[in-house]
Amino acid sequence: MAVGKSPVRKDAVAKVTGKARYTDDFIMPGMLHAKYVRSPVGHGIVKSLDAKEALALPGVEAVFTYEDVPDIVYATAGHPFSLEVDHQDVADRKLLTKHVRYHGDEVAIVVARDPLTAEEAARKVKVEYEEFPVCVTHEAALAHDAPKIHAGGNVIKSHSFEVGGNLDQALSESDVVVEGEFKTPVVQHCHMENHTAYAYMDDHEHIVVVSSTQIPHICRRIVGEALGISWGRVRVIKPYIGGGFGNKQDVVLEPMAAFLTMKMDGAPVKLELNREECLVSTRTRHSTKSRCRIGATRDGALKGIDLDLVSNTGAYASHGHSIPSAGGAKSVNLYPRNVVKYSALTHYANIPSAGAMRAYGSPQVIFAIESAMEDAARAIGMDSVDFRIRNVAREQDVNPLSQKKISSAGICECLEKGRKMIGWDEKRKQYADQTGDVRRGLGVACFSYGSGTYPVCVEIAGCRLILNQDGSVHMQLGATEIGQGSDTAFAQMAAETLGVDYDKIHVVSTQDTDVSPFDTGAYASRQSYVVAPAIRKAALELKRKILGHVREMTGKAAEGMTIAGGKIVNQNRPERVVLDLAEVAIDAYYHKQRGGQLTADVSHKTRTNAPSYGCTFVDLEVDVPMCKVKINQIINVHDAGVIIHPLLAEGQVHGGMGMAVGMALFEELLIDPKSGWVHNSNLLDYKIPTFVDIPNLECAFVETVEPTSAYGHKSLGEPPIISPAPAIRNAILDATGVAVNEAPMTPKVLFRHFSQAGII
Amino acid sequence: MFPIEKHHMATSIEDAVRALAEDETSQVIAGGTDVLIRLHEGHGDYRNLVDINKLDELREIRMDEEGNVLIGALASFTEILEHDVIRKHVPVIGESVNTVGGPQVRNRGTMGGNICNGAVSADSACAALVHEVDLVIQSPEGERVESIIGFHTGPGRVSLKQGDLLKHFRVRPGNYKGFGASYYKYAMREAMDIATIGCAAAVKLNGEKIGELRLAYTVSAPTPIRCAGAEEVAKGKPLTQETLAEIAKAVEADVRPRTSWRASMEFRLHVIRTLAQRVTRQAAERAGGTF
Amino acid sequence: MQKQTISLTVNDKKFTLDIDVRQSLADVLRKQGFTSVKQGCGVGECGACTVLVDDMAVDSCIYLAVWADNKKVRTTEGECRNGKLSPVQQAYVDAGAVQCGFCTPGLVMTTTSFLERNRDRKVTREEIRTGHAGNLCRCTGYETIVKAVEKIVDVAEEE
Repeated sequence: MAVGKSPVRKDAVAKVTGKARYTDDFIMPGMLHAKYVRSPVGHGIVKSLDAKEALALPGVEAVFTYEDVPDIVYATAGHPFSLEVDHQDVADRKLLTKHVRYHGDEVAIVVARDPLTAEEAARKVKVEYEEFPVCVTHEAALAHDAPKIHAGGNVIKSHSFEVGGNLDQALSESDVVVEGEFKTPVVQHCHMENHTAYAYMDDHEHIVVVSSTQIPHICRRIVGEALGISWGRVRVIKPYIGGGFGNKQDVVLEPMAAFLTMKMDGAPVKLELNREECLVSTRTRHSTKSRCRIGATRDGALKGIDLDLVSNTGAYASHGHSIPSAGGAKSVNLYPRNVVKYSALTHYANIPSAGAMRAYGSPQVIFAIESAMEDAARAIGMDSVDFRIRNVAREQDVNPLSQKKISSAGICECLEKGRKMIGWDEKRKQYADQTGDVRRGLGVACFSYGSGTYPVCVEIAGCRLILNQDGSVHMQLGATEIGQGSDTAFAQMAAETLGVDYDKIHVVSTQDTDVSPFDTGAYASRQSYVVAPAIRKAALELKRKILGHVREMTGKAAEGMTIAGGKIVNQNRPERVVLDLAEVAIDAYYHKQRGGQLTADVSHKTRTNAPSYGCTFVDLEVDVPMCKVKINQIINVHDAGVIIHPLLAEGQVHGGMGMAVGMALFEELLIDPKSGWVHNSNLLDYKIPTFVDIPNLECAFVETVEPTSAYGHKSLGEPPIISPAPAIRNAILDATGVAVNEAPMTPKVLFRHFSQAGII
Repeated sequence: MFPIEKHHMATSIEDAVRALAEDETSQVIAGGTDVLIRLHEGHGDYRNLVDINKLDELREIRMDEEGNVLIGALASFTEILEHDVIRKHVPVIGESVNTVGGPQVRNRGTMGGNICNGAVSADSACAALVHEVDLVIQSPEGERVESIIGFHTGPGRVSLKQGDLLKHFRVRPGNYKGFGASYYKYAMREAMDIATIGCAAAVKLNGEKIGELRLAYTVSAPTPIRCAGAEEVAKGKPLTQETLAEIAKAVEADVRPRTSWRASMEFRLHVIRTLAQRVTRQAAERAGGTF
Repeated sequence: MQKQTISLTVNDKKFTLDIDVRQSLADVLRKQGFTSVKQGCGVGECGACTVLVDDMAVDSCIYLAVWADNKKVRTTEGECRNGKLSPVQQAYVDAGAVQCGFCTPGLVMTTTSFLERNRDRKVTREEIRTGHAGNLCRCTGYETIVKAVEKIVDVAEEE
């Protein structure tokens, strides 16, 4: 059995020895380097542009401006194509722009023989701007006299739903209604490898793009769309990638790289962002402002949740309104037996574009709901854990929004387990009525999430298995390894179903759209859930073909045989080896009369979506005069169904928790409200937590078996980031009595709140 | 690749001083943890470099026969914080430089650079101020000694002139013997950060009372500063919470923090007051006092 | 541009190179094929380019190549000998401390240096954290890396 064990991940040795090659590790002779000329104003229009001085610099090959790019407006969000026009992403940008919409917008690009020359030349391109008023905040962008950032105005979209009954009635039946306003910051993914891509042509028509992308097949389509060329002319190759977290679920550099190589007669052109550009000119997480009301009865019944959320997508839509839309919908799985009313609006502003980021809207939505849930528990005088246990989803509940039955829900058990692990009941008593400089507190928060994007988007996955001559198996997938360990989990699944050892499954880690099966890539915590059925089908098909060939070789009926441990064995007496798989393979390849290459090639569409669950428990102390928080213990407990690879699963949880601690206590892209200038576009000033800023991270699992899933598992990649921030907010409230309804809860923010509350 | 236009590897102190004096656009590069970052940003002022990395005599840390602690301008933060002389006699200097960046930066960055670049947030500046270190400087005219007190002349500015090269820091016995000292770096992260406020205190006890307090801050005025008013208030006071509160109150008149995107003036002032108490208390305890 | 000849060893192999004085050590190493040396920020904030120079960890992105003249440089490529992973590399593999892998080579070198500097003493978890604080990782929350290091150092009992 391979599933449920923790074999060494497929790429671990390549990565510790430095052999794993990332996009920048491929260098081509004659490679040219490109550098954007970026706007130093937050909003405006180019009045004049003079590239003479830049072009005169030795080593500069070309400068292209907004006048040179195709007159095509395209969308960059890494979603699958939609047949419904209403569902297609907002097309609102060209390769370069005359109308600059944020500080850092791209008006021109320099191509030179080396990166330093490109950089120096980009500084020498003289651009004059006519400046427009800048809108940074929700209020500024939505003001009736706000300048239009795009022709259609500043509101992209809004929507609302009210399910599970009538909200007004639910609130009137409540003994207590709490209300709060919540704010979440612009944060950034900060994957360690910046965005980078290069492109070349290996034929008159054929463009090859090598890119650090999560979504090679989507990327290919968008390059085609952006350049107005047929998709088949584009080949996208994805080597190892140094993290993505959603920021590479967007097509940021590839169309430009492809455009440049076409302009440069097919020469390889590389477009590599530095960290400063990556922080400002790729994508961020949407900042939100929301108002949340929760009504409950004194006996602990949650009657209704009302959430009204405004989301700032920045200069260009990118994933735009899909973010609050997904965040709202996925939260309904958490408390399905009450009314949920949700309305959301997404607007443009003159700040960096927000796109997909780990958990896609849920951290923002859950921060508000789980903070308000805490306030409600306190208002009715009920223990916060008990209040949640009373109201969270149980198996067989029906999600009032999707009308689908929840077929596995371990959230109650997660809460019980976490409560025990942290010693909730004892500490609660111990920490009651804290005074003094240093005060301790406990917090809890829950979440629900989905596994993939169905039914909003198509869920298509492909798997190709090839039996090699030596009895090992090559596996090709369109799904991408981005660090989460998907290659390893997929190999385990194939090994499990096929009956060969994990070590004998060779996963082709590189995706190449000319070769790899179609799959839309790594996002929405979809891959393990939606690729698994394709792998399972392919493995069963290959197994059938192998046994069929064994029958040809031996004349024995295939029905009595199976594959186990890489050998053909008697189904009932597995110790009886009929043939070694290698013997079968070599016969199939080279016997002159029978066989052939044994392969399976499967494309599968998933038409279900399993909710996953979990919660965070935190024990922290607040040094009140110092306005500093120290986490003493933090635990995430997850229901992600069957755990495929416990060690990797823990790794996903740790990573999400670490990022969440960043969002809760440290990180925010600080944007000047007047100019749109980003103050902290480097890793010194943008404070992602270091080794000494992250506490020990604990995690545990409640293993349910999800019936819609090929191996009983559910999503886990994004979920761990969702609940820590509200749990930390709730623990600070517990410690100090001060409700900090905004993230990040940095010392500066705590100072403001503590001053207002009069505790310092 | 950095946009360096000229790079001169100095072969001796004299050679470095000559090269610096000859060309007014030239700048010293030591550990590189500051200059190379500015070059990465494309800064025009650092394109002509006089590199002192081969001047091993500038790396020395030792105590001379008069009991002065000498720290070479090129000694790395790691060398400083791990050195026995530092640990034994001026541990607060080691503690301070241990808060700079991370291990790799401390392996390269130097106290010479930290002080000479004039940074208002320099982690070694508070410790240097409470120990009133001297700077031994070589210029074309010869050697001269300046005190750290008054060395910083403005944000990013110090009293070095073109052609000057700091050789080493010197801490005289009178400035470290009998003192207990402490440093606290208040920052948004516990590593890889610049100080929101830095505070060092050195306390010499007179029996059960404070004989002398030296209190220094970074990021609390246009330059790293000492707090004359608070120091005066502390003199002769008992080791009590009330004394600490008085010091914290007095310090407000000594500092001039400002609002920037990093932090508001009010917040900085609050931190300054809080640290005045905590850091002074720890320094006094290290001097052997109890509260 | 100003050129200079430098001699150095990288992973015990001798190199004599004509370099441009504007190059960082990271630039030169990558050009020579040591692509484990990653670039995450270019200014010494992320540690992805960490190599050992005379057994001391430095950010090779802010270390001029000319400074490496007559020095001994080590990268993670050289830590694996005859196909056998170094104890540090093996500990990272075993602890599940590798995810996207981009920060991994730099971290392996930081741990290698940390291990060598603390050979004869017990270290605390806090010292492990402080000793690695110059390397950022966004995938692991550092948890499994700390555990990997704990497997190969002499861990002091926590108080």
